[in-house]
Parts: sequence; structure tokens; C-alpha cells
Amino acid sequence: MIVGVPGTKVAIQGVDKSFRQRKGELVVLKNIDLAVRTGEFVCILGPSGCGKSTLLNIVGGFDTATSGTVEIDGEPVLGPDPRRIFVFQEYGIFPWATVTDNVALGLRKKSEAEQARIVEHYIELVGLKGFEGSYPSELSGGMKQRVAVARALAVSPDIIFMDEPLGALDSITRLQMRAELLRIWQQEKPTILFVTHDVDEALQLADRIVVMTPRPGRIAEIVPVGMAHPRDFGSVEYGKAKNRLFELLGVSHAV
Amino acid sequence: MSTWPFVAAGVALLVILVARRLRDPIPKALLPLATATLFVAGWHVTCELMTYSVKMPDGTVRWIHVFPTPWETFLEMRTPIADGTLLRYTVATLYRVAVGFGIAALIGIPLGLWAGWYLRGAQAINPLIQALRPISPIAWIPLAVLWFGVKDASAIFLITLASFFPIVTGSMTAVRTIPTVYVRSAQNFGLEGFELFRRVIFPASLPAIITSLRFALGIAWMVIVAAEMIAVDSGLGYMIMDSRNANNYERVVGSMVVIGLLGVCLDWTVRRLEHFDIVRWGYPGATRETEVERTRAEIDRYRAKISGTVMGGG
Repeated sequence: MIVGVPGTKVAIQGVDKSFRQRKGELVVLKNIDLAVRTGEFVCILGPSGCGKSTLLNIVGGFDTATSGTVEIDGEPVLGPDPRRIFVFQEYGIFPWATVTDNVALGLRKKSEAEQARIVEHYIELVGLKGFEGSYPSELSGGMKQRVAVARALAVSPDIIFMDEPLGALDSITRLQMRAELLRIWQQEKPTILFVTHDVDEALQLADRIVVMTPRPGRIAEIVPVGMAHPRDFGSVEYGKAKNRLFELLGVSHAV
Repeated sequence: MSTWPFVAAGVALLVILVARRLRDPIPKALLPLATATLFVAGWHVTCELMTYSVKMPDGTVRWIHVFPTPWETFLEMRTPIADGTLLRYTVATLYRVAVGFGIAALIGIPLGLWAGWYLRGAQAINPLIQALRPISPIAWIPLAVLWFGVKDASAIFLITLASFFPIVTGSMTAVRTIPTVYVRSAQNFGLEGFELFRRVIFPASLPAIITSLRFALGIAWMVIVAAEMIAVDSGLGYMIMDSRNANNYERVVGSMVVIGLLGVCLDWTVRRLEHFDIVRWGYPGATRETEVERTRAEIDRYRAKISGTVMGGG
């Protein structure tokens, strides 16, 4: 049993998801059980189409499970909530608003002075100082994703859901963004549920990695990553963990 | 036959052919002016080819153009320009279009936004709109005259009718095609009701709404001739009808030219709206060069450079 364990933030129990299609039913998720602790960084790793994004959407309140329960802080998830912010791969920041207005989106109920202070703080935290008045179309992909992260952090959420947030970036920017993300996470300590299909990404970021099987998506294994940050990509331990993940994903680690 | 149209057409063609090869930016007005020159030259030549002979009282034979040439048109138009008729008619027409189009936008945008946001709304009004849309505004003229008389209101009604449907349909589609990610983000941050509308739904659909306004204004402008031919006794459309009755074809064509030029100005004005910061993201430049053209240009430059070095080195 995972319910009631102190420190559990997210409790997913027996979640199934299937879509009705023209020819019968498509089972996307099968019997998912997962407990995420407060402040934990969990990566959900799996091949395309394994239902990992669907799982994140269900936990985030944008989709519903066919059966099973999802509870956050002991309460069932009934929809999206400003205490838990979703960061999408395609950013989801508003192209008609400046960086400042985007970051201030969740701060509408605060006083103007308070808003200005928080916005300034988070724009600086994600390294976008000097771009306050810019529109998203004037920013690079990495900068847009920084705006999305700042907008999420600005409301001090308990949980941040990230659905392949770095997937649209080039490999160098992606590496930089991972380091930034870790720095911010260590500073603010939100619980992060991060979906990726990139083995290295999961290994560099996560406290624990939830490895999923191809459709119908099940949890193959939950792999704890014992290494402390910053992690050395060249270490023996890193290599071993990587091989283990490739094994679980059913692909060879030497081509 | 005069030679100037051939000279002008030759120069214009040369400009177009040379500009095609040029990679450096050229003055914006150059190509449009060249095509316009070609058109006017073609117009003139066509007129000169279509003539009929008239025996004058003194026994000489004169060749008369069936259609007025550009020059004849210009000469004729000096009169309505000088006596203020043209200005008065232009103002009358612009007034009708402004009021008619304004009413259409004031009703059409909110209705379209509403129907776009509520699926049931779209289901309810869409079939009716699609049924009314294909009926030409000209078909409404008898009813318009019956209801509003031979007054401004008739013409305004027809213009409203013509521009209403594209605005409703455009606004509705604009809302229904907002990317999910924007709506989800808004919901995630707790935006609801009017705030959701003001901060997300409206700005997200604004570029497409402006495009539908542009399209609708073009249609409204097209309808003015039909609307003013029967429904009123002033305006550019009326001027065409009136000049035809007076057998003054120079003035008929002159009015057509004025309507066309004003149409360009109106479209240009609406396009200015596309340059505002809050909507600019919605318009990937239609007149910028495409990726294929850009790459080809780069390859050309590279080839030129290579052959240059080879020749220089050899």
C-alpha cells in the first residue's frame, strides 16, 4: 500500500486508460501504481506511444483515467489546478504577451508591487534579464522554454509537470537547460514529474526513473538513481545505470 | 497606332525580368508599378484594336474607340474631380461602407466568438449561416428597397449583409482553432469566465479575426456598385449607373478605376492592423521569400563565387 505513507505527494493507484476507436478499444495505460514523494524529481521514461504523456495528463487533471485513482495530498485530482503547473513541449506561453506579462499570468490576485517583485525575481532566476519587454516570437526556443519555466515557478507550485519540455531544443541548449533546471529545482524544491524518451536526460535529472513498456504502457521498473549532483556522465556508475535502462527498454546499448 | 504603349510595356517587362535576377532588395513600389504599366499599355492597345468608323458631316471618316483609352478616361474624369462630384460621391460611398461594415463587425464578431466557444452555438447557427451565405446580396435588392426605400439605409443594409457572413464564420473558426496548449495553460493558471476570454480567447483569435475583416471589407467594397446602382442616388456605384444612362463610357471606366484604387487603399489600411505587437505573431509573411527561394539564392551565390575563383585562379 502506498496511500498514507508520510511524505507522499502524488499517489497513483491502479490507473488504466483506454480510448475507444473505430475497431474496438485501444489500451494505452495498464495498471499503473506510483507514489511520488514531496520534493522528489521523478522522470517517466519510455518509447514514443507508451502512454507516458497520457499518464502525465491524467495526473495533471487534463484527462481522466478509465479506472483507478490519482490523489495529490490525499485528495482526488478533479482538474487542472494553479498549485500544480504543467510545462508543455510546445511551451504554451502566449505569443501576444511580453515576457513580463507571460510570467505574471498566475499572479493576477496579487498587488502590482508584489507582482513586479515576483516577476523580476523569476525572470532573473531563469536568466532572461533584459528581455522583459520582448515578445516570444523574438526569442529562441530555449528562451521560450525559460519563460514557460519562470511562469510556472512564479506561482510557487507544489508540483511541476513537464511533458518533454526540452524536446524541441537542440542538444547543446538541452544540456544547458538541464543544468539550469536542476539548479532551480535545488533552490525551490518543487516536486517534479518529468516525461522524457531520452535515457541520458532521465539519468542526469531524476531521483527515480519510472521505466515504461511499449503499448499498452505498464511500469517495467522504477529505478532509483543514487548518484549525487552534479553527475559525471563518464563515470562507471553512470554507464552501468545507463546500460540497465537500455536493457529495461529492450534495446541494445551498443550499436 | 501610337508607339508609347509598346515602349512603356517594353520598359516594364525589362524591369520585371531584371528584378527577377536581382538578389538585393529593390524599391517596394517598383514591381507593382511595372505590372500596372503593363496593364495600362495593354488596355490602350486593346482599345486601339477595337474601333469603328464614323462619317463626319464634312465627308471625312473618323475612327472612334469602342472603349475609352486610359488617356480618354483621364481627360473625362477631370470634370467630376474639378467640380467636386467625385469627392462627394466617394465620401457618400465610404460612409455607407463604414456604417454597413461597422454594423456587420459589431454583430458578427461577438456572435462568431460566442459560437466558436460553445460547440452548441456553432451547431445551432452554422447551417443557417451556410445557407444564407451563398445568396448574392443582389438578390436582396428588391427586399431592401421595399423595407428601406431608395435611401442610404438600403445600401447600408446590403453592405452589412455581404460582410456579415465572412466575419461570423471567420471569428467562429478563429476560436475553434485556438491551439489546445493555450487553453490548457490558461485553465492551469485558473483563468475562467471573462478573464479567460479577455486574456486568452480573444487575443488568440484576433489575427484570424482581422483576416476575416479584411476579406469581408473586400466583399463589402465589391457590393457597393450593386447596392448603389439601384438603391440610392449618389456614390461611386451610382456614378457608374448614371454615366451609363448618359452614354458616358469614359466616366463609367473612370469610376471603375477610382473604385479599384480606393479598394487598394482600404485593404492597405486594414493590413496596418496586422503590424501591432499583439497580433504580429499570427502572420507569417506572405510576401517574404519562401525557404525554397532563399536556398536557391544561396546556391546561386555559392556557384557564382566558385566559378569566380576558378576563373580567377585559372
